[in-house]
Amino acid sequence: MPSAKLSVALLGSPNSGKTALYNRLTGSKQKVANYAGVTVERKEGIYTTASGNQITVLDLPGLYSVTTMGQDEEITRSICLGHNPSVKPLDLIICLVDATNLRLHLKLALEVKELVAYQKIPVVVVVNQMDMAESRGIQIDLNSLAQEIGCIVIPTVAIQPSGIDRLKDFLNDFSPVKTLAVKSKPERRKTVRINSTNHHQQVRQIIAKSVIMPSKTSQTDDRLDRIFLHPIGGLLILLLILFMLFQAVFLLAQPFMDGIEYLFDLLKSVIDLTMGPSLLHSFITEAVISGSGAVLVFIPQIIILFFFILFLEESGYLPRAAFLLDSIMARFGLSGRAFIPLLSSFACAIPGIMATRTIHDYRDRLTTIMIAPLMTCSARLPVYTLLIGAFIPERHILGFMSLQGLVMLALYFAGIISGLVVAKIVSLRQNRKMDSSLIFELPSYRMPKARNLALALWERAVIFIKRISGIIFAVNALLWFLVSFPRPSEQVLASGVPAIQSSFAGIIGNWIQPIMAPLGFNWQITVALIPGLAAREVAVSALGTVYAVGAKGSDTVESLQQILAKQWSLATALSLLAWYVFAPQCLATLAVIRRETNSRFLSLVAASYLFLLAYLASYATFKISSHLIG
Amino acid sequence: MNHSNSSTAAAAATTLDSIVLNQPALVVAVNDNDIDDMVSKRLRDIGFVEGEPVTLIARGLFGGGPLLAQIGYTRFALRRAEAKRIIVKSLS
Repeated sequence: MPSAKLSVALLGSPNSGKTALYNRLTGSKQKVANYAGVTVERKEGIYTTASGNQITVLDLPGLYSVTTMGQDEEITRSICLGHNPSVKPLDLIICLVDATNLRLHLKLALEVKELVAYQKIPVVVVVNQMDMAESRGIQIDLNSLAQEIGCIVIPTVAIQPSGIDRLKDFLNDFSPVKTLAVKSKPERRKTVRINSTNHHQQVRQIIAKSVIMPSKTSQTDDRLDRIFLHPIGGLLILLLILFMLFQAVFLLAQPFMDGIEYLFDLLKSVIDLTMGPSLLHSFITEAVISGSGAVLVFIPQIIILFFFILFLEESGYLPRAAFLLDSIMARFGLSGRAFIPLLSSFACAIPGIMATRTIHDYRDRLTTIMIAPLMTCSARLPVYTLLIGAFIPERHILGFMSLQGLVMLALYFAGIISGLVVAKIVSLRQNRKMDSSLIFELPSYRMPKARNLALALWERAVIFIKRISGIIFAVNALLWFLVSFPRPSEQVLASGVPAIQSSFAGIIGNWIQPIMAPLGFNWQITVALIPGLAAREVAVSALGTVYAVGAKGSDTVESLQQILAKQWSLATALSLLAWYVFAPQCLATLAVIRRETNSRFLSLVAASYLFLLAYLASYATFKISSHLIG
Repeated sequence: MNHSNSSTAAAAATTLDSIVLNQPALVVAVNDNDIDDMVSKRLRDIGFVEGEPVTLIARGLFGGGPLLAQIGYTRFALRRAEAKRIIVKSLS
């Protein structure tokens, strides 16, 4: 039994079933990280063979060719050749090909084999989706295939529990020395002509010899594509799917969100009962519980949203939606794939930004990430409803349109239009150098497997909870410190001035105040914006604190609205609304941008351009409305 | 596979974006825009090489937008700009 852990890499084209095979092998024993300095994800898992040997399985990025320029390809080449400093040399490369798509996938297998020929790293070709091939009447002579390619060929059905048993048996018996010996035999028997200039030609020959293919495509796919890609019918179906998606996000999530809020309130009252008022008590209730609760409350929405996105992606529908929407999105310099992430951002920018992983072009992905925070997320709603309720009269226009509703709609459109304008400007700057290209595969439709969905969902949830909550906690602790220190003196308390005014947050607020004054913001608003950085809706409770509205529950909002209506001008309220359309008043979003782009610089770019837009928009809103109202 | 038929068709070369939907055609070449052309390299990677049968399956909305092409056993969405680089000859 070899003591050293074997290192195996999984290589394959997109849609070859690589993720399903990887999940089947490694189960929940997976780690996700980034390769140093690039945005390419490094996925690594552990597979334990029947005889108890542990194998490190590296899931390489999906590609059509290892010879192309590009981050994914370069990383893959360096790992296969053992040149990558963060990955130890491989003992085996498993090259996955789809049995129904051999014409496209075998070329990659030939390329890889040639790439590592001098390294003497054994390559096995795994022919996946054998069940689909069978149901379509595709006959593959695996022995002939093995001879033609010149390596071991193993059939699998990665989506079935017992579908990869033959691969498991192979890995169980595998030891680097032994396989080399096995491998060298068939190679000596016949000379494999590897013609590096024409792998395509070679694939055609191999298929002609080893594969009988009754039809090029599956009839189910043909039929479904006729419906889903129909210029009118397809678009109507897409609208219906999107409608159901958002109904689900908001309706299904609500009880869970209420439940989380209830739990956090319960936790708070338990602590209130057990602890006397002290600094620690204040820290636990304000910073830890309320602060985390304000962000964690969005988890149900995020999970449900991701469930739908993953379902659509796994089923093969998402690329179809991208196809339908590409002509609209292309006008703004975006790809069709940007649509779903942007739409998700209306619930919360965090899953939206994470969903941009389905955009394969890096520049398109970056543009989408940058404009995702401009889509009106649900955390803005409490701020919008507070201000609209306080300042916009409940009037009807033309007898049926609510003025308040119209203002809300205008705020949504302000976000959408500015996002599209920003995307257009970015694309105009980029396209001078290179024309945008969009090439993507429309894979076969298939029923998503619960296991794969669950694993992918779990991966996303862990990223959100582990990586993001760490930052959220740190930020909340800092904000709590700024709001709570220095402790107000007896005189301040006696004079009835809110304690926050003499705190660091108050001091900073007063200090920034001259900068914000041209926007019509008073010091109370400026101070409330600081804790409001944790999450947008926190600004509502922060305003409550600043205006010393003590009461809890729904009364807070109403009494706050009355105070605001008396103390602020309409121009100030409109200016603050404009601020909230643009300002990145959500450090969690900036943290996700930093994680997803793997660049502090890019998250700073996002923050500064959004603050700048917010400032300009608020300034314009304040000046124009002051002028009009007089 | 349909290789032998291609000689019988008196086909004029045209570009992929201008062929009739669902009519079989053969790829003649992919034009490079410059020396290290990533896009044409990628098109060749996914199978747009000389002699490969290709069919246009669908066009995007409003006649514009992307095209859906069947190359080999796979369907790929392409934009017009990419399709214009692919020289094909019709087999019908």
